[in-house]
Amino acid sequence: MLRITKLPITIFALFIIFFPWIARQIPAIDHYTDIMVFAGIYCLITIGLSLLMGYAGQISLGHAAFYGIGAYVSAILTVRYGLNPWACMCIGVAVTAAVALLVGAPSLKLKGHYLAMATLAFGIIIFIIFNEEIEWTGGPDGMAGIPGLSIFGFELDSVEKYFYLVWGFVLAAFVFTVNVIQSGTGRALRAIHASEPAASAMGVDVSRFKIMIFVYSAVLASLAGSLYAHYLNFVNPSTFDLFFSIKLLIMIALGGMHNIWGAVIGAGLITFLSYEWLHYFEEFDVIVYGAILLLVTIFLPQGLAGVPGIVKDWFRS
Amino acid sequence: MDTVREENVLEVQKLVMTFGGLMALSNLNFQVKKGSIKAIIGPNGAGKTTLFNIITGSFPPTEGTVKFKDRSIQHLKAHKIADRGISRTFQTVELFGNMTVLENVMLGCHTRVRTSFMASGFVLPQSRRKEKRIRESALKILKFIGLTDKFKDSADSLPLGEQKLLEIGRALASEPELICLDEPAAGLNETETHVASSLIKAINAKGITVLLVEHDMKVVMNISDEIVVLNYGQKIAEGPPEDIRNNSRVIEAYLGAEA
Repeated sequence: MLRITKLPITIFALFIIFFPWIARQIPAIDHYTDIMVFAGIYCLITIGLSLLMGYAGQISLGHAAFYGIGAYVSAILTVRYGLNPWACMCIGVAVTAAVALLVGAPSLKLKGHYLAMATLAFGIIIFIIFNEEIEWTGGPDGMAGIPGLSIFGFELDSVEKYFYLVWGFVLAAFVFTVNVIQSGTGRALRAIHASEPAASAMGVDVSRFKIMIFVYSAVLASLAGSLYAHYLNFVNPSTFDLFFSIKLLIMIALGGMHNIWGAVIGAGLITFLSYEWLHYFEEFDVIVYGAILLLVTIFLPQGLAGVPGIVKDWFRS
Repeated sequence: MDTVREENVLEVQKLVMTFGGLMALSNLNFQVKKGSIKAIIGPNGAGKTTLFNIITGSFPPTEGTVKFKDRSIQHLKAHKIADRGISRTFQTVELFGNMTVLENVMLGCHTRVRTSFMASGFVLPQSRRKEKRIRESALKILKFIGLTDKFKDSADSLPLGEQKLLEIGRALASEPELICLDEPAAGLNETETHVASSLIKAINAKGITVLLVEHDMKVVMNISDEIVVLNYGQKIAEGPPEDIRNNSRVIEAYLGAEA
């Protein structure tokens, strides 16, 4: 079902290394590096979320909120308290992990899709808090003046530098996740997916594993939120609404949830569609998303990541 | 040595299980001696699988206790009971179809060797060593159950007979003290049944206590040391195979009052 080999990861890494250089050579696409920063940020979220959906078999409708918590913790602590951005990022992760545990633990101990309901409600609550707690969050107007990041005094002051930072995070998260999948933990997750009664009869603590993956995916979303806040230097609530949570699910459905590559492909494609290629449709882009989702679920239930397998089978027969 | 052999590894005391108004088990008592093979038989709906599910922690009983090595386990969840040393197979095969034969057995080692999330994410040397150890012991088990050359196949692709063997292998991987087999011979042909019976005997010879539910009387009479007969959730007989064979209540339960 899942065999992540070294070669595609190497090709992927090389592609990332040379992308800004290639984009610079072609004036028509030189702003693609900027879009790729956002693609990377979304990718960080979808990697965790696809692990949750594809392996733990759970749907979260609240990842925009975890993304938002990361972003707002970074924003508030740097702007209002002048703390070090990296420290804020870590605090954001800790806060998100605690919140995820609080939201996820009760619903993941039950069988069925209670997590989807709990996270749906949670996402709406967090969205309201972002809007209403004006003293802290700046309300609907958002917060400006979030400082950029620097590494040991080396200021990340260009799009390209952020590009490498964000994709460095993505690569690290990708490799970490692949390692987890290919270890005993991943085996336990696949076992849960195949048969919960058998997995628990073999000593796998099913709810503990589900909670663990949920918290991990929330932590990645929080990191993405912090990176977003520091890159844009500005946050406002509408970024973190329910529609964004759904958009994340569309990314994963499009890419394919049973393969971690699907998370990368889906995030990249949807980002480029919404920032660039679907601009032509303006407000009607939602219809295009719907059409894409419909076509993928009918014709490619494995998502785009399943295409190589289909092609291989087709050649064999 | 005699005192050790007489020790009970499992004790079921005054067990009651009701589903709504239906009494699936009523006031059931029996013991399983350490190192023995005990069979539970009875007509369909007698409560055999319910009993298995309670012992292995799928759900708690309405009343009564289940003691494993003198400690009550009836309130524990399935994975905790597996940790204590009870392993099981299922009536309808519950393999991890999406995984290979080897991986299925490797998962069985879960109770013994665990790697933390962080250790596996960072591929610490410790997690690599553990993975190697798990692989080696899983291969040993595949050899024992005779599926070594199929280790790469997906579990789904095996014929039923081999799937049943694999399920037993997976259960063995946790190195249990008590293994509960739910109809190990169901759906098997004569050769496969023979293979399964000898495997169960071989497992028992390793010192593992076996509790099994089985409909195939030839298997039951051949391999078990003691038999418990259930009917409508009640124990109607208990004893060695030769006693059960001639017990009038048992014959009545199976064939009706006329017989």
